[in-house]
Parts: sequence; structure tokens; C-alpha cells
Amino acid sequence: MTVLQVEGLAKSFGGVAAVQGVSFAVEAGHLLALIGPNGAGKTTCFNMLNGQLAPDRGSVRLDGREIVGLKPRQIWRLGVGRTFQITATFGSMTVRENVQVALISHHRRTLGLWPRARDLYRAEAEALLARVGMADQAERAAAVLAYGDLKRLELAVALANTPRLLLMDEPTAGMAPRERVELMALVAGIVRVEGIAVLFTEHDMDVVFAHADRIIVLNRGELIADGVPAQVRADPRVQQVYLGGGTTFGHG
Amino acid sequence: MTLATFVIQLLNGLAGASSLFLVAAGLSLIFGVTRIVNFAHGSFFMVGIYIAYTLTESFGRGSALGFWASVLAAAVAVGALGFVVEILLLRRIYKAPELFQLLATFGLVLVIKDATLAIWGPEDLLGPRAPGLRGAVSILGRPFPEYDLVLIAIGPLVLGLLWLVLNRTRFGVLVRAATQDRDMVAALGVNQAWLFTGVFALGAALAGLGGALQVPREPAQLFLDITVISDAFVVVVVGGLGSIPGAFLAALLIGEIKALCIGLGDVSFGGFEISFSKLTLVVEFIVMAIVLVVRPWGLLGRPGGEPRHAAATEPPLRPLHGYLKLAAAGLGAALLVLPVATDGYVLVLLIDIFVFALFAVSLHFLMGPGGMVSFGHAAYFGLGAYGAALLVLRAGLPMETTIVLGPLVALAGGLLFGWFVVRLSGVYLAMLTLAFAQIVWSVAFQWDSFTGGSNGLIGLWPPAWLASKSAFYHVTLILCVVAIVALRHLVFAPFGAVLRAGRDSPLRADAIGIDVRRHQWFAFALIGGFAGLAGVLHAFSKGSISPETLAIARSVDGLVMVLLGGVQTLTGPVVGAAVLTWLQDEIARRVEFWRAILGGVIILLVIAFPQGIVGFIRGRFMREVT
Repeated sequence: MTVLQVEGLAKSFGGVAAVQGVSFAVEAGHLLALIGPNGAGKTTCFNMLNGQLAPDRGSVRLDGREIVGLKPRQIWRLGVGRTFQITATFGSMTVRENVQVALISHHRRTLGLWPRARDLYRAEAEALLARVGMADQAERAAAVLAYGDLKRLELAVALANTPRLLLMDEPTAGMAPRERVELMALVAGIVRVEGIAVLFTEHDMDVVFAHADRIIVLNRGELIADGVPAQVRADPRVQQVYLGGGTTFGHG
Repeated sequence: MTLATFVIQLLNGLAGASSLFLVAAGLSLIFGVTRIVNFAHGSFFMVGIYIAYTLTESFGRGSALGFWASVLAAAVAVGALGFVVEILLLRRIYKAPELFQLLATFGLVLVIKDATLAIWGPEDLLGPRAPGLRGAVSILGRPFPEYDLVLIAIGPLVLGLLWLVLNRTRFGVLVRAATQDRDMVAALGVNQAWLFTGVFALGAALAGLGGALQVPREPAQLFLDITVISDAFVVVVVGGLGSIPGAFLAALLIGEIKALCIGLGDVSFGGFEISFSKLTLVVEFIVMAIVLVVRPWGLLGRPGGEPRHAAATEPPLRPLHGYLKLAAAGLGAALLVLPVATDGYVLVLLIDIFVFALFAVSLHFLMGPGGMVSFGHAAYFGLGAYGAALLVLRAGLPMETTIVLGPLVALAGGLLFGWFVVRLSGVYLAMLTLAFAQIVWSVAFQWDSFTGGSNGLIGLWPPAWLASKSAFYHVTLILCVVAIVALRHLVFAPFGAVLRAGRDSPLRADAIGIDVRRHQWFAFALIGGFAGLAGVLHAFSKGSISPETLAIARSVDGLVMVLLGGVQTLTGPVVGAAVLTWLQDEIARRVEFWRAILGGVIILLVIAFPQGIVGFIRGRFMREVT
């Protein structure tokens, strides 16, 4: 089943066409990797999907519903979880409270004046933390966590509204090699069981080829390949982009 | 208004703009490089005018050379003062949170004010007119002072010189680089200490020059520090923090608009009398409010680089331990029975402490969990006080009713102003709150027929059952404790948690469906209501109110209380309020130069306890194991 359908997405900054007419789709339970060299337009593309950036043209449909023009927080309410390249968590709260705030928002109780936030949805929060292997750190301050643990906390927060789609911008950036593999194995396990669609960008090709069901390749704002890992690995244009030529001197 | 008066007013505006620009340029430079919001900048201006008065009295009466040498010497002397201040004080606190630096410079304001009082005395001092420029030239048939023409030329001249320094010297390159990214400048091996000292001295000298140039035009007075600093803040913010051309443009704009308001005087539009001359007190704040709403970074400012290392994140909040709760309850009980054992004076002091504790706790809610630093919190205190007073005196309502309605007036003010305020962040947000507070203040100050103008309102006595000091004491104690406990509870409630989330990471909060601005807006209004309750109680405890109730000094008091106690603690503001209220009362009664002592104490506390009193105690004795 198609969860995310992107068609003809385009964005220019001044005279630079950062993303030009990109189309792809993500299926439930699948991991789609968006790769490409630096400056290819991955982040621009990503920011248009979650509402941080308005596209010039094109459509983004979530379960058939157009979401272009919605704000990030509205898109989240439709079931899109998000993790950031540089983790964004609430440093002055404990790990559990981070997840509890997401649950409070999900249950639309952010204006609550009476209950204590730390008593709300405690069991749910702990269940989410257990799923990402963070249960034993629930009482620690998010500000003192190791980076890999912050990434796992972000994943728990992103799962709090039982999303249909997870957008992960370089989920393993800044992590040690072994942590990377573990984190993506964790993500893959969760999304396959729950039928969540995942779109992630990534620079680590080991991570990409180990876990992606499909791969799309961006170069200079254009989609140059779309297929299963074996196809993309064999694609001559992809090889040229990654092994030399096009990116540096511009004449291919 | 004829063309001639119009032109003369425009020229007056230009002359006024020159000094304003000099002060603002210095403030902007200092902020750009050191990130210190220098509250003492108005004090440098004031010292400049006093020193220039003394020098020109001795050397500047006879010769033009003596006059101008005196003016320059005054600027250099103030620059030297800045140099000393930077080395002795600021250098110790660059690593402290921004707000502490602000607090330290405010301590400096108090010290400098009393030093000036001690040296030059309380009288206004008008210096000599500049030799050779005592006459007037005729412009369109009207006289215009020659000296003012020179002033008009000095503004662009200094702008040009600053441009040369910033663009053609190594020092200037470093200043511009540091304004953009001081960490990178440090990483490139530049000795930041001397760069900061140099910039601070230069900025102080510019302020001193701005003051010295005013010697023939206005008397040296002791309140200049506060009026000038608020003008300079406005100019810097309107122009864009760190932008010198922006400061120039903004100074011109505000100078001209003020001059035009004076020139227009009273005008009637279709039967309505509008007094433009009365608008001069607020017009700059109105300009600032409009500019900030339309261009949040000022006219020529740019969205600033976020600091790489934000202030240290506070540890997760925890409810009070059982034994501390017990201690708090014990203290409350002791306060309840206290009137039996003590005299009226202690009760009056304690009533003040309760009221200001509530005021400080409400401000802390905004600054801490809300992440919004308000420089104009007195507005809501004053709206509550005036709201209640007017309801009693003009509508004849009983005091009991106004205890509910007064805070609602303040809450309504918070809803209105908050809608604009939450669109900004950081220093800009703080400045907009200051602008709104000044607007409210000037309405209270000028609307003689309704608010009593500068005299205020008198005859606010509580009803018979509250007439005794101990009865009023009990009511104040109970209301303040209930309000403070409620605010404390709110920090832990979902609403408070969501606010803290929005403060910690707006990006993440937005990504989990939270409308941060909307929650901040509600918080701003709600907190206005709590500050308003403090204001109501204050009004009835004194029996009268005046515009002082909502002046800048009250807002600053609030900031000092919160920061003294420690912004990252929940009990801090209560301790800070008690300490400051007691200090002010105790020192003011016994010592002539109480401001200097208070300022000195503040500076020492900032240097000794950069995390606040309670923060220090917690850090020292309750170290948490993680």
C-alpha cells in the first residue's frame, strides 16, 4: 500500500534549481533510502515533505491526501514522525518526560492545568522506551545522554503518535559504526512489524544497502535512479556520480 | 504649521539624532562583539555630560579650542572608565549567562549614579555655550542655533569615521568578524580579551562623546542614565542589533518623528483633539513596536547567528522533597501566627515581600519555563494596580470584587501585548515587552483626568474588615501563597511541560504537533494576570498608586529578584524577592548612598554566584548523581 506519493516536486533558491521534478513513492512497511552526493538536494527535498519548506511546484500526498501547504505540526497530526540530522530533544527533561510530552500532544492535552505531566501516559512512554532499548535510562536527563542514545530517544518520540510514515534525516550521522548498524536494524525491525513507511537520507552506504528496500538517487536536484539496491548498485549513472565525474567539474 | 516651522523642526530632529546615534552606535558595537546588553551605557552618557560640564566650566568658556578639547577629553575619560569596568568586572563574567551580565551592568548603573551624585551633587548643571557658536543663523526667516548645525554635521562625521575604522583597519576587521562569529575569531588565534576591552572602551567613549556634546544644550541631570539607555535601546533595536548604519538610520527616524510631534502640538482631526506633543514620550516605543512586528530583526539587522553554546541546560525539575515541603509548610504556619508577636513595621515589610515574591515568581515563570525574558513586567503589575484602583474610585466597586477584576485587566493587557510579543525571541522579545510597558506607563503618566497623571491615585483603602494591618497581612499572605503554589503547580502540569519543551527545542516541539507560539501567548496573558494580582495587593497595601508602580525601575527590580535567586530554580525568585526587598528597605533607611551599596552587592553576588543564590546552594550542597 502506498503511504507517501511525491510527484513533480521542485524548488529553486534564486537561480539555483535545488530540486527539479522529483517523483517517488513509499510503501507501508518499506524503507526507502534517499541518497546522493553533498548538495544533491536531499535536505531540501526532505524539508518540503515535512512542511518546513514550501515547494515551488509538485504534490506530496499522504494516504492520498495532499499535504503541501500544511505546517510541520499539522503534518505530524496526520501521522508523520520525524527525526533530525542533529538530534532535537528537550534537554531539561528526563528521557521519559520527552516521550510523555509527545504523548500529551498526541492526546491533545497540552493545555492541561491540573494533572502532573510526569504522571500522564507513563506506562505508554515506558513501553515506547522499551521498544528502542532505552527503558533503563528513563530517569536520566536528556541533556546528559550519549549521542547514540539521543538518536534512540528521538526514535521513541517519533513513534509516539503511532505514525504511518517516518522521515529520518541522516539517522546515523555522528554515530560509531557499530551503533549505526544496530540503530538501523532496530528501525527496520519496528517498521516491518508495524507496517510503517520510512524515508531516510543517509551517507553511510553500508547502512543503506543493508536495510533499504528501495533506493532513490538524487544528483543536482534530479532523480537519476530508483530501484532495489542491486539495480541501483549496478546503475552506471549512479556509479559515475559516486566514483567520479559529474559532481566536481560540472561537465560529466 | 508653516513650512518654516516644519523645516526648523526637521533640523531640530537632526540635531537631536546626532547624540542619540553616538550613544546607540556604542551600545550596538558592544552588543555585537561581546553580546553584553550594557544597561550602564546611559550612565556613560551621563558621566560624559558631567565631566564635560566640569572641564568646559574651567577651560571652555573663553576659547573654542578649550571647549572642543574639553569635549574630547570627556569622551576619552569615559572611554577610560569603560576600559576599567571591562577589565575589573565584565571580564570575570563573559562565561555567565547573558542575563547575569545584564544584571551586573545594572548594578553598575546604581554605583555610577551614586558616584555622580557624590561628586557633582543633586542640582542640575548647565554648562557654557560653545565659544564662537553662541549665535543663531536665520533659516527661512527663523533663528536656528549655530551649535545645532555643528551637531547635525557631527553625526554623519562620526558614522564616516566608524566606517573607516571598521572597514580599513585590522581592529575593524576583527570587530566585524567577531560580530558575526566570535567563536571562529577566537579559534583563529585572536586575543579576545583585548578585543573585547577595546570595543567596550570605544563604545563607552562614544556614549561619553554623545553626552559631552549635549553640554551646551541640556543640563547635566541624574536621571539621564535611565532615559538615555531606554532611548538608546530603542534606536539599536529599531536599527538592528550590531548594525552601525542601522543605528544611524534609526536615530534619524526617531529624532525626526519626535521633533515633528513637538512641532505639530495639539491638532484636531474632525472634532478630536490629538496632542502630539504628549506623544513624544511614547512615540519611539510605538515606532519600535511597529518595526519589530514588521521586521523582527530591525531595519538593517540580520537574523543573528545562534550562539553555539547556549546557557547550560537546567537539570530536570523535580517536585520538592518531602522534608522541604514540610519546611515550607512550617514557614507558612510561622508567618500566619507572626502578627501576634511583632509590630506594624515588620508586617508592612513582609506584605511588600509577599507581593514582590508573587511578582518575581510570575516573571520567573515567563523567563524560566516560558523562555521569554520580559523587560516590561511592571506593565502587568501596574495594569492590575490601576485597574483595581480605577474600578474602586471611578466605578465605586468594592475592593473584594477588584481583587478578581484587577488581575483580569492585567490578563487582558497580556493577551493584547502578548500576541505581538511571542512573534519574536531573545533580546528583541525583551525589547518589545519594554516598549509596551513604556506605552502603558506613559498613558498612566499623561492621562491626568483619568489616571491622575504623575500624581497617581490616592484614597485606596481596604474595607473595614481589612483595615487592620494584621488582617490585610493575612489576606495578602494567603493570596500570595496560593498564587505562588498555583504557579509552581503549573510548571509541572502539561501546559508547563509543553512550554518548557518549546523553550528547549522549538524545532522538536513543532515536529510533535505543538503550536509553541500559541502556548507562549496564553502563558504571557495568564502570567499578566498573576502579576496583576500582585499589583492589586500592592495598591491596597499602600493606599495609593503612582506611575512609579509600572515604571522601568519596577521591571528591573523584578529581573534582579529572579536573577539574584537563580533563574533555573523554582524557589529562587521567592528568595530573591525577599533579599532585594529587605535590602532596599534596610539600606535605604540607614544609608545615604544606598543605591551604590545595592549596586555593589548585586555586582558581588553576580561574580560570586553566577547561578543565583538558590542555584548556588543547590549546586554546592545538593549535587545530583546522574
